[in-house]
Amino acid sequence: MDPIFLKVLIGTTLLASSAAVVGAFSYLKGQSLVGDAIAHALLPGVVLAFLLGDGRNPIFLIVGALISGLIAHYGIGYIQSRTKLKSDTAVSLVLSTFFGFGIMLMSLIQRSGQGQQAGLERYLLGKAAAITMDDVYVFSALAVLLMVGVGLFYKGFQLMTFNEDFASAIGLPVPLIRFTFTVLTVLAITIGIQTVGVVLMAALLITPSAAARAWTKSLPTMLLLAAVFAASSAITGTYISSAIPKMPTGPWVVLVLALFGFGSLIFAPEKGWLAKRRRALANQKKTVQENVLKLLYQQEERSEVSVVLSTENMLSIRAMQPEKLRNALRDLKRRLLVVEHGSGYALTELGRSEGRRVVRLHRLWELYLTERLGMAADHIHPGAETMEHVITPEIEELLVKELGNPELDPHQSPIPYEEA
Amino acid sequence: MTMVGDAISHAVLPGIAIAYWLSQSRASLWMFFGAAIVGVGATIIIEVLRKKLRVQSDASIGMTFTSLFALGVVLITYWSDSVDLDQECVLYGEIAYVPFNLWLIDGVSYGPIALWSSGILLLVVLLYIIIGYKGLKMTSFNEDYAAVLGIAAGLWNLSLMSMVSLATVVSFESVGAILVVALLVAPAATAYLFIQRLKPLLIASASIGLIGALGGYGLSKVLETSIAGSIATVLGALFLIALIIHSLLARKTSKYAMEA
Repeated sequence: MDPIFLKVLIGTTLLASSAAVVGAFSYLKGQSLVGDAIAHALLPGVVLAFLLGDGRNPIFLIVGALISGLIAHYGIGYIQSRTKLKSDTAVSLVLSTFFGFGIMLMSLIQRSGQGQQAGLERYLLGKAAAITMDDVYVFSALAVLLMVGVGLFYKGFQLMTFNEDFASAIGLPVPLIRFTFTVLTVLAITIGIQTVGVVLMAALLITPSAAARAWTKSLPTMLLLAAVFAASSAITGTYISSAIPKMPTGPWVVLVLALFGFGSLIFAPEKGWLAKRRRALANQKKTVQENVLKLLYQQEERSEVSVVLSTENMLSIRAMQPEKLRNALRDLKRRLLVVEHGSGYALTELGRSEGRRVVRLHRLWELYLTERLGMAADHIHPGAETMEHVITPEIEELLVKELGNPELDPHQSPIPYEEA
Repeated sequence: MTMVGDAISHAVLPGIAIAYWLSQSRASLWMFFGAAIVGVGATIIIEVLRKKLRVQSDASIGMTFTSLFALGVVLITYWSDSVDLDQECVLYGEIAYVPFNLWLIDGVSYGPIALWSSGILLLVVLLYIIIGYKGLKMTSFNEDYAAVLGIAAGLWNLSLMSMVSLATVVSFESVGAILVVALLVAPAATAYLFIQRLKPLLIASASIGLIGALGGYGLSKVLETSIAGSIATVLGALFLIALIIHSLLARKTSKYAMEA
């Protein structure tokens, strides 16, 4: 394999997965964009380090970046806690003014005509293709450092992310944990932007976590998945950019990552958009079906004989979309809850019991609202319309017990129990 | 909402690239349409991610603008033979070249193009604020209340975002997408430390913006540095001074409160 390609491949993969792991904690804290701000705010530190010392020494630049990033991080925190400015204002303010200051300093260097700006350019646009063997060593060291750091401080990071007050209450050194986390984040960003550039760094921090979160609720699984997504994007992106001439690596890594991100959010089971949509539709169907059973049951209750209703009859009693009603009747027929009689439909024994249940829940809930929550009898119907589809048998039992086996609802209609 | 502005200023890149490729011209009007469409699209994606897919609001912004920016860079590289744009131009435009880019009709110069487009932008923004003052005020402070009053909050948000896109596109050639954010945010944030009423706030932030621009330009003349960078630096310094004064005042009042 081409050695340059291999270097880029290893470098970007290490970087992307390390950044994804730190990014996951920021994601869970809802502070993803702080990473974006830090990426921009590194610039003045880098340029000052370049001006003051040996520009070609990458360690020197990294230290400069680290200091600048820490100042920016604590600056954002200070503005957020001490002023009335909204937190995203603090983030964008620090981001843009630090970056502007960096640009100003950089133009000083350009004017003075000191060469070797290549070291600086990397911090702006990222140069994945220029990864050297030294870089690979630095990246590997960083990746190990990050993994060890996250491993050692795992418990602390976890508590800091989910409940900082609790963490201090049980005596954890929260400022130290936060400082360690910030240093690790700034380090990951410092090295990361040399590969993908200032703007796209945020993607390496944020997108893997957003994708991983759609698949799992457990933190260790999420960290692992985020790292895997990031690494696969890095590998795929590097391949694509090497296959098409002139193509930059960073943007391709980010594009592949975006594919993972948006793909996960749409297709992931349970939490994905499609799964949610499917559940919502199933719920809607169930609601319409239960409403039809309730309607038939109430008509029987009124006329005291078994009734046959056409779809037109039903629509005249209760406003429904005709299409949805027809679908519901078809499903109910298949579930043997209604039977077709000529041009109309009637309840089966099974359907009658189901309709009775819905009516019972409706009336029980209405009674609960008036009796226990003191609501007026003319205000309770809409709420009961919803709850009748939600209440589980367990809650029903509790309601019956709480209300003392009631006979009548607030409108003096009987509450229909199942005949023993 | 300021980070949305920042995000949009990056997200418009593919729109600008496509408009440039289709029209083969650097005319601001085309680029504006391209940018505006993608900008509004980005706003919608961010909202969908946040509300429908329950992604953290920070993360939905970050995911959206980085993806679009990456797409923009890839498109620009792909068309690099026919599209004379680069991502540096988006990151930090160069205001110093503005005087050389003249608007010529039949050989008669009408001054720098950027001067005209910025001037028109200023008029449009002023007009927008005067016409939309009430709707904007209500929507900015309390979206729900605005909705109750029958103000189309969504529409105002969208129009505000479009204005941000417009301001971004017009300015990005001269100051770059990131420094635009300094211009958008810093003056208002500085003024907001001391003033919370809307009208004085608008006037104060416009004045601070002006001071920052003039001061930054002066600084860049003295040090011979990037004009846009210097303006952002001065704006940042003004905010820092204001923040220090604000903190000192806050300490004083809390001391009195303790003694009282």
